Amino acid sequence: MSASAVFVLDLKGKVLICRNYKGDVDMAEIDHFLPLLMTQEEEGLTCPIMSHGNVHFLWIKHTNLYLVATTNKNSNASLVYAFLYKVVEVFTEYFTELEEESIQDNFVVVYELLDELMDFGFPQTTDSKILQEYITQEGTKLEVAKTKVPTTVTNAVSWRSEGIKYKKNEVFIDVIESINLLVSGFTRRMLGLIHVNANGSVMSSDIVGTVKLKTMLSGMPELRLGLNDRALFALTGRDKGKTVTMEDVKFHQCVRLSRFESDRTISFIPPDGESELMSYRINTHVKPLIWIESVIEKFSHSRVEIMVKAKGQFKKQSVANNVEVRVPVPSDADSPKFKTSTGHAKYVPEKNLAVWTIKSFPGGKEFLMRASFGLPSVENDEMEGKPPITVNFEIPYFTVSGIQVRYMKIIEKSGYQALPWVRYITQSGDYQLRSNF
Amino acid sequence: MTDSKYFTTNKKGEIFELKAELNNEKKEKRKEAVKKVIAAMTVGKDVSSLFPDVVNCMQTDNLELKKLVYLYLMNYAKSQPDMAIMAVNSFVKDCEDPNPLIRALAVRTMGCIRVDKITEYLCEPLRKCLKDEDPYVRKTAAVCVAKLHDINAQMVEDQGFLDSLRDLIADSNPMVVANAVAALSEISESHPNSNLLDLNPQNINKLLTALNECTEWGQIFILDCLSNYNPKDEREAQSICERVTPRLSHANSAVVLSAVKVLMKFLELLPKELDYYNTLLKKLSPPLVTLLSGEPEVQYVALRNINLIVQKRPEILKQEIKVFFVKYNDPIYVKLEKLDIMIRLASQANIAQVLAELKEYATEVDVDFVRKAVRAIGRCAIKVEQSAERCVSTLLDLIQTKVNYVVQEAIVVIRDIFRKYPNKYESIIATLCENLDSLDEPDARAAMIWIGQVPRSAQTIHSLGGVLFQVQLTLLTAIVKLFLKKPSETQELVQQVLSLATQDSDNPDLRDRGYIYWRLLSTDPVTAKEVVLSEKPLISEETDLIEPTLLDELICHIGSLASVYHKPPNAFVEGSHGIHRKHLPIQHGSIDTGESPVSAGPVVPIEQAQSVIPSQGDLLGDLLNLDLGPPVNVPQVSSMQMGAVDLLGGGLDSLVYLFSQVWLPAVKAKGLEISGTFSRRQGQMYMDMTFTNKALQHMTDFAIQFNKNSFGVIPTTPLPIHTPLMPSQSIEVSLPLNTIGPVMKMDPLNNLQVAVKNNIDVFYFSGLIPLNIFFVEDGKMERQVFLATWKDIPNENELQYQIKECHLNADTVSGKLQNDNIYTIAKRNVEGQDMLYQSLKLTNGIWILAELRIQPGNPNYTLSLKCRAPEVTQYVYQVYYSVLKN
Repeated sequence: MSASAVFVLDLKGKVLICRNYKGDVDMAEIDHFLPLLMTQEEEGLTCPIMSHGNVHFLWIKHTNLYLVATTNKNSNASLVYAFLYKVVEVFTEYFTELEEESIQDNFVVVYELLDELMDFGFPQTTDSKILQEYITQEGTKLEVAKTKVPTTVTNAVSWRSEGIKYKKNEVFIDVIESINLLVSGFTRRMLGLIHVNANGSVMSSDIVGTVKLKTMLSGMPELRLGLNDRALFALTGRDKGKTVTMEDVKFHQCVRLSRFESDRTISFIPPDGESELMSYRINTHVKPLIWIESVIEKFSHSRVEIMVKAKGQFKKQSVANNVEVRVPVPSDADSPKFKTSTGHAKYVPEKNLAVWTIKSFPGGKEFLMRASFGLPSVENDEMEGKPPITVNFEIPYFTVSGIQVRYMKIIEKSGYQALPWVRYITQSGDYQLRSNF
Repeated sequence: MTDSKYFTTNKKGEIFELKAELNNEKKEKRKEAVKKVIAAMTVGKDVSSLFPDVVNCMQTDNLELKKLVYLYLMNYAKSQPDMAIMAVNSFVKDCEDPNPLIRALAVRTMGCIRVDKITEYLCEPLRKCLKDEDPYVRKTAAVCVAKLHDINAQMVEDQGFLDSLRDLIADSNPMVVANAVAALSEISESHPNSNLLDLNPQNINKLLTALNECTEWGQIFILDCLSNYNPKDEREAQSICERVTPRLSHANSAVVLSAVKVLMKFLELLPKELDYYNTLLKKLSPPLVTLLSGEPEVQYVALRNINLIVQKRPEILKQEIKVFFVKYNDPIYVKLEKLDIMIRLASQANIAQVLAELKEYATEVDVDFVRKAVRAIGRCAIKVEQSAERCVSTLLDLIQTKVNYVVQEAIVVIRDIFRKYPNKYESIIATLCENLDSLDEPDARAAMIWIGQVPRSAQTIHSLGGVLFQVQLTLLTAIVKLFLKKPSETQELVQQVLSLATQDSDNPDLRDRGYIYWRLLSTDPVTAKEVVLSEKPLISEETDLIEPTLLDELICHIGSLASVYHKPPNAFVEGSHGIHRKHLPIQHGSIDTGESPVSAGPVVPIEQAQSVIPSQGDLLGDLLNLDLGPPVNVPQVSSMQMGAVDLLGGGLDSLVYLFSQVWLPAVKAKGLEISGTFSRRQGQMYMDMTFTNKALQHMTDFAIQFNKNSFGVIPTTPLPIHTPLMPSQSIEVSLPLNTIGPVMKMDPLNNLQVAVKNNIDVFYFSGLIPLNIFFVEDGKMERQVFLATWKDIPNENELQYQIKECHLNADTVSGKLQNDNIYTIAKRNVEGQDMLYQSLKLTNGIWILAELRIQPGNPNYTLSLKCRAPEVTQYVYQVYYSVLKN
């Protein structure tokens, strides 16, 4: 059905640890993995699924590790990837960093986890908080008191244990919106030598929002989250104030999906501590929050001159923090000179970038950066890609979509009062402006 | 303190030392020693010789130590089968442990020890564990049954474990249910004969209930299992779909994709008119798009699947082309897949945007991606006719970049555009020729030669021996073509080349082709001309479409490796040939939960298909609820022409095709009037015309010629008018036609442009050919073929028409239509209405399938037509209309 065996390899293809779940694929087949990958990399055509004979390798890369699943059946590939990423998540929660060293340092727990995460190719319990209740890093002593599997493992509520206690009952809700943007670029040729780049129009933009919870609640609380969701308001017939249309919503395992499907109510028993409750996608076009106009003039064999104007197209009261505009420069550029109206700019030669940082960028303002680079008189023959200008930023206390938490109802049978705290933040996602030079 | 210290011991005599430590009195020491053993095992050292010593440590109350020993056993039991028996007692004991964690651990590990001798001892503990009070043990035991089946299938059946597993489907714990489902599904993969899961409405209901409660992985097992179920009717399909759709909102992408699989399959069963059908289609799009914000590997799997979904049901994502625009930092495998989907979604509405994107990509640096982008431009030109010109100019722009591989790819692509739109863009050949010298790839050179630019220098010809075989073949053909067009200039050249090809080449294909040309040219130059210079076949709009039956099969495998490879599982999984190939459910009639052999299986032998008396094996009849009585008797009407004469006097609008029409009025043709009609008699097509001379002088030297047309119609003989046509005289002629002429798609499809010449002038007119003259006599399809074809043709190709105010009974209708070679294959009666299933075939081999619904008392007939070339259906409808209305 899914994986026959799972391997963790270092970058040289050496097996650090592995677990054979089904025994129908020779474990030595893994030796073919790295050579296959190398061949593909040489051809510039890597693929997350490779095969050798009738063995298929499904792999992901994390830090300095490859996680590889092997199979010789028509496995559920999407399940395998979801599982491999889950393994990364669990290991990371256990060891804070998942890398070569942490695997070696914790091989006993890794084995135990691999045993518990999957059985005969079927993923089992993958919730790291629950796993931590019975697979601990200090070898568990078998005591009579501890002779129980956490009932949570097999419960319908498999993500929260019973008997959790807090003195002060609180929930922290973070609503985080990431803006993805793609802006086209165009080139004007002038005098045959100078290439001027300017920005064009917005090709696509969307918002991916997530609602994160930090739950510090006792017992088994029932929560209900109310958003200004347009579909909900349409359903109930109320229409007060601004509503938001969510194109697609994805929920944590804890949310009752059929309930949401029928009446758009988000009801759930939350996992303890931090979790991502939901994510949503919004298609509505928004004005790019930070608009970049750039003119890149390339005088072949002599120099490149870059002029970048950044404009904050959001409310005056808001401030964007840690704004970073990354402008690609030719790989053979040298002797950078910068001039900025605010913030500071630097050249990052290993990434072929000029990076302009503005710590605090108030809405409605406009700033300017000029840079010039020397070019060698002998031109680089190799074709270079055309990387886009990218922008990173963060605007607190604000969501572009206007989504709001209207209420968070918390009901627990002991009847305690609990406080929800809400924070909003908007940040850059995949924010690209194509350049052409 | 970390575990890494265990890896550091690397002295000689290590094994010996470990042995001593494993036998140490102190528990702590022993545990340390086992850890060292496992560490050694992890780095690949052979520590199997320590087997007895490690097994001795098995009896412990330390869970961590126990797990390590178990791990060791799993790894080495197979190499030490005899010693593995030593461990059996401990396992059996552990299966009785008060701690469910230990019980589960023991049963889990025992299943992983693939030693035959051990499995015997496993049965009793397993039986107990399947009925354990703790769900954690039961869910582990359920999986263990699958493990055991893998080692010893017979034993599992004999011991009745399969029944125990089936019982667990009704377990109160959702995780147990999910694992039981997973285990049964796994077993049924190697167990093709039985309906192991016993999928019936009650069980389905249990699964749907568990779906809401079990873990994300459990949901996937259940969804994958549901997708193998064939609901008995559309109501059941809809109710399952309604309970599956909430899964589309799950954060786990694999849950989403498995839900998509179930929905895509069951959509087949929902009638299109149903509101819910469209609701469901709308619900599928957002989650598919969201999958593209996942990790790149997840995106890749999603894109490969979307590629299938877009081919099966293009309407789902037709509005979403923008999400497939390539981002700079996408991995190459995501870029290439996105590109593929962009082309599939390209339409007149979005073509400008798509082309702008493709042009952008074509200036990237990644060679494979750039090539594919250039190819994509060509495919757009072929797919969206209106964009062809823009595509060509974009390609010319790209050729100007002089980037070698861009130019070569562009030329290959332009060849295809030439094929699709002959005689339209030949003006650019000169530009292409400028790049002749830079072409070094066989494909590009072959394309260039095909385009028609034959190098004339003898030097190039000599290199025939040097270049690649593919180029040689094309070159040979090109030179022969050139010779046929300009024989006087190239005679020497062609002789030289033919002798080179036949005598000096050691490639059999080249030699054969050379001989064929040689003989053709020497025996019958006229025929040679016909053969070699025949019209180039039209290129199809969509290249690399997945063949429909395979596509349907792959839809059943959404999310799996098969869907990623776009290959059926038996193409890459060993030993899966005996397994049932999956297929989409069929909407017509009621189907048992079992298999329906028609969809994927081989075509039923002809004898059986022809049998008139219903037989048990004739499943097809059952599927369609066909009336299996004797075939409908049709009164034979001698000739179509007779019928046509009798029909005079009906409604005028409908009779357009049946009457003689004035095609060329005298005022437009200097006194020559031509009226006429088309007909088909005894399998021969005729153009029946009346020439009338309304001028004051006589007319002579008549000749007729047709323009290229959609069906390749040309006159078989010259115009049979041999005597001068005197003023105010008229003459009737019957011009026999055939369809071997050049083909060009016309608009309307049945338009025929004709040129008539006489001693006065040349005149042009056009007429519409009624499609029925192309209906061939052997247009009766076998029932089995009919059903399979009907299913194969995508639903989008089905068009419905109303024929109003028609007062005929089913038999009369069949009879009338049969005169026009529309054959009734089957007739059935459903709730009082007569359904006629009919087929007809056009001269160019296109089949049209029809379903005609006649309700008693309702004069409005419903006609559904299905055809791979849906553009012809409207003309077929016109035929139906005019035949039935008269």
